Order: sequence, then structure tokens, then C-alpha cells
Amino acid sequence: MAASSTTSFNARPSGRVSAFWRRLRSGDDIAYVITLTCALTILAIAALLVFELYTNSTLPRHKFGWSFLTTSVWDPVADQFGALPFIYGTVVTSALALLMGIPLGVGAAIFLAELAPAKASNGLTFLIELLAAVPSVIFGLLGIFVLVPMLISAEPVIRAVLGWTPLFSGPFYGVSMLSAGVVLAVMIIPFIISISREVILAVPTEQREGALALGATRWETTWNVVLPFAKKGIMGSIFLALARSLGETMAVTMVIGNDPSIHASLFAPGYSIAAIIANEFAEAPGDLYRGALIELGLVLFGLTIIINGLARILVLSTTKKGAS
Amino acid sequence: MLSLRRKTVNAVMLSLTGICTFLAVGTLLFILGYLFIHGGTSLTVNFFTKLPTPVGELGGGMANALLGSAKLLLLASCIGIPIGFLGGVYLAEFGGSSFSYIVRYATDLLNGVPSIVIGIFAYTLIVLPQGHFSTFSGGLALGVMMIPIAIRSSEDFLRAVPVSMREGAMALGASKAKTIFTVVIPAAKAGLITGIMLNIARVAGETAPLIFTAFGNRFWSPGWEQPTASLPVMIWLYATSPYADWKQQAWSAGFVLLMLVLMINVLARMILSKRGQVAR
Repeated sequence: MAASSTTSFNARPSGRVSAFWRRLRSGDDIAYVITLTCALTILAIAALLVFELYTNSTLPRHKFGWSFLTTSVWDPVADQFGALPFIYGTVVTSALALLMGIPLGVGAAIFLAELAPAKASNGLTFLIELLAAVPSVIFGLLGIFVLVPMLISAEPVIRAVLGWTPLFSGPFYGVSMLSAGVVLAVMIIPFIISISREVILAVPTEQREGALALGATRWETTWNVVLPFAKKGIMGSIFLALARSLGETMAVTMVIGNDPSIHASLFAPGYSIAAIIANEFAEAPGDLYRGALIELGLVLFGLTIIINGLARILVLSTTKKGAS
Repeated sequence: MLSLRRKTVNAVMLSLTGICTFLAVGTLLFILGYLFIHGGTSLTVNFFTKLPTPVGELGGGMANALLGSAKLLLLASCIGIPIGFLGGVYLAEFGGSSFSYIVRYATDLLNGVPSIVIGIFAYTLIVLPQGHFSTFSGGLALGVMMIPIAIRSSEDFLRAVPVSMREGAMALGASKAKTIFTVVIPAAKAGLITGIMLNIARVAGETAPLIFTAFGNRFWSPGWEQPTASLPVMIWLYATSPYADWKQQAWSAGFVLLMLVLMINVLARMILSKRGQVAR
């Protein structure tokens, strides 16, 4: 493409200029410059993103300092902004999602990598990857109309079994941190499954053969040999899932209850960082209010960057080891 | 001989992993089935042809949101795909230095940014200076989301083209640019198209970055400077509204969006597996 547009160029200036034009005629330099520009654009966007978040949150950062992260009053009318309830809600719902998602996800990954015949495994993995493609607003829709009623009818059972802990006390209206945790778990399971499965498949067959030859059962082989080998990669998939659930917006916004206060009970409504930005940003009047929401965005950005970084280090280190 | 205990543990744990798989796949089938029943059955022609009606008036549709989503995706593709694709060409064909390491790092970083933060970015960049919500800012937000995915997928598929093909072209006297554009890219075509389709499918369902960029609109939105309705935002607004008719329409919209996204996904994977000498 780039080459053909310049081949008709026939001028012959002298010296260095001529050498430059000759190189351009081959199109190599044009292609290089154009693609380099696009690669640079990425760097520019990443830098600009950090810059915009930082400069647009100057006002609350100067006014509140670090206490922004440790106070829990969110009162736009009185210009008081504390992020703690949102950080709490984000962390609790994500932890809940991991608690449910890790056993289910890793279990399914073991089945798909170790037990299922290759054809069935590929077919099921395809279905699970489709589950990962379902938009989050659809999960929210099902969360409101299916999961919340289901949890309300399951409430007496949960209360009977776990009601003695403070985690499951107080009134339950359906929308709650528990509902948000369950929706998030469903959303992150496909990620854990598809990455963990690949990591487990990358474990050398000799490792399994060795254990089986020594008389270990299938499960003992998996638990004592394969999983330790794939441990780092599975951890990586969990971190990726965590980063995703921390930043997840729509599904959480629709079922968490949107109550900016801290409750110990999972039955109580809560609020997450992403949810309050989604709900209040478009209507936020005043620079301080908007700035506080942007600072929340900055906090979320920082959290996910750290966790994604850890995840990548872990996944890369295992897949390299497995391939060698 | 195996002790009974070890045998039992083996059988129990292995069947538990099977149950985990069943639950995960079952969730997908449940979602599909539920949306079919609730959304598919209530889908009417009005949904595709009418504007939203005021509260209490039945028979409205989401024609403006469908067009709005299409416009947003078109704009996002025009921004995200060329930059992402050519950036991927750079990494696969010209890169190799510490600079491309930095580019890859920035790509991963952008890829991990929550979509709502991308929305804030587009807001501070376009909406705040302009003072109004617009289709353009929404398209930009989605476009920024597409870039890192496009870079990674195009780099991967270009790298999967064997070096021998490049060497063959160069031995015949083709320049590097000619080799890339007439040999390498055509060879990776199926993969590249798959990557683009999956990319579009992913941002088609994005809601969070549109809430305060494209915002929403109950009427048609001509041009690029006005706020526009979009399918995902409409689902959110209607599902959280107190009106039964709106909730029903949220189901219809959810059904349409999910079918769209899943169809693109299935189609994209079919293209890849048909032509698929290139691994993922």
C-alpha cells in the first residue's frame, strides 16, 4: 500500500536528499514511520490517561489529602467526600467473588484439562469463553430479575446455616453486597477457567506419568504434582479475575443497593467505587464533587494496575517454565 | 492395592470438578434460555422501528438506541482498529527493541484499565472542554478501549506467520514494506478479521464508558455532536426503572444485544477454525 503510492516518484535530487528519496520509494521508511506513530499513540494515550485523572482530581486531593481514603462521610451537599465506604464495598464484593469463584473455576479447569476428552474439553471451553463474552449489563439485568428473587427465597436457608455469624445478620432486601458478590463470581469464573486450563495443559506429561507410575491415583497426581507445577499460573488467573471484578461496573451497580455506608453484614446494601462513579458522575455539579469522583477513578486505576501487573508476572513465569 | 479411602477421595474429588464444569456451562445455558423466554418472546417489530414512548404510553421501541449503538461502534472502529492494527504491525515486524517492550507494557496497562475509568478519560478530554455530552466522545471512549485489544491480537496473528514466507518474499526482491503488505498480512487475514470481530463484540456491550459521554437520548441524534442513546445504556436505564413496560423492553433489548454479541463471537471463531492454521 505504502509502497505503491510512492513508486511513481521519479525526481532525482542530489546527495543526501536523493538517498532519502530512494529509501522512501521502497516504502520501508514510510511503513516504519506510520506504524511507529501508531505505537507511539498508545504511549501517548496511556500517559494522557494518567495525566487527566491526576490533574482533574487536584481539588479534592489538596482539600482532603490522604484522609480522602480513610473517612467515610459522603455528603455532596456539605462538600464532604470520603472514599472508605466505596473502597470497602469494592474489596468485600471482590473478595466474596473470589471465595466462590476460585474453587468453582479451578475445579472446572482441572476437569477440562485433566479428565475430559480433548474434543469435549474444547467444546466446553468454547461455551465457557462465550460466557466470558456476555456483556456485564446483561449480568446486571439477570442479577436484578433472577438472582435477587432467588436469594430472597434462599434467605431463610442461609440464615439457618450461617445466621450465627455477624456476616449474615440484619434485614435482607435482596439488593446487597452478597448479590453483588455472586454476580461477580459468575462473571470471573470463565476467566479463571480458561487461563487455568491453559496453564494446567502446559504442565509436561512426564510429570503426570511419573506420579501415576509410582501408584498415585488420578486425583493425587493432579493435587500433588500437576497443581503445584501450575500454581503460579493459576494464581495469575486469579489476580486477573480480581482486577476485573474490582473494576466491574454495571452488574455491581444494578444489584449492590447503592448505600454509601459500611455494614459488616453481607445482607446489607453497599456501594462500590465503580458503581458510585456510574451513578453520580453524569449529574455531579461543581468541580469538587466531580473531582472527588475522578479521584475515586484514580484509586480504582491504581488498584487494577498493581493487580494486573502481578497477574502478568505470575502467568508469564509459569507458561515459560511449562514450555521449556 | 489402593486403599478404599484413597479410591473414594479420588472418585469424590474428580466428580466434584465435573460438577464445577457443569455449573459453569449450565450458567451460560441458563442465561441464554432465560433471555430467550423473557426477551425473545416479547420482541416486536415496534422495538426495531419506534422511538421510546413517554412513561405510561405503551408500544415504544428502541430504534434510536440501535442506530446510536451502530454509530458509536462505527466511530470506535474507525479510531481503534487502524491505530491498533498498525501498532500491532510495528510490534510484530519492526519491533524487538526495548521501545517495543515499553509499548507492550503500555498496551497491557491500558487493557487492564476498568472501562468506567476510560469513560472518565473521554469525559475530561472531550465533554468537559466542550460542555456537552456527544456521540463523538462516546465513540472515542469505545475506540480507546479497542486499541490495546487490536494491538495484541494483530501482533499475535502476524507473529504466527512463518518467517520462511517473509524470507521467500524478500529473496524475490520485495522490499520489507511490500513483504508485509502483500505477503504477511494476507497470510494472517483470517486471524486478523477474527480479532477485529471479537474486539467489536467486546465493546458493543460496554455500558460504563457511555454513561457520561454519549449519555442518552429519547429521540434521534443527528450528527456527532449530540448525546445519543445506545442499547447497553438503555438496558441499564430501563431495567432499573420502576415501570413494568420498560422492564419488559429491557429484556427485549438484552436479548437483542446478547444475540448480536454471541453471533459475532461464534462467527469469528468459525472463520478462524476454518482457515485456522494459525493458533490463538
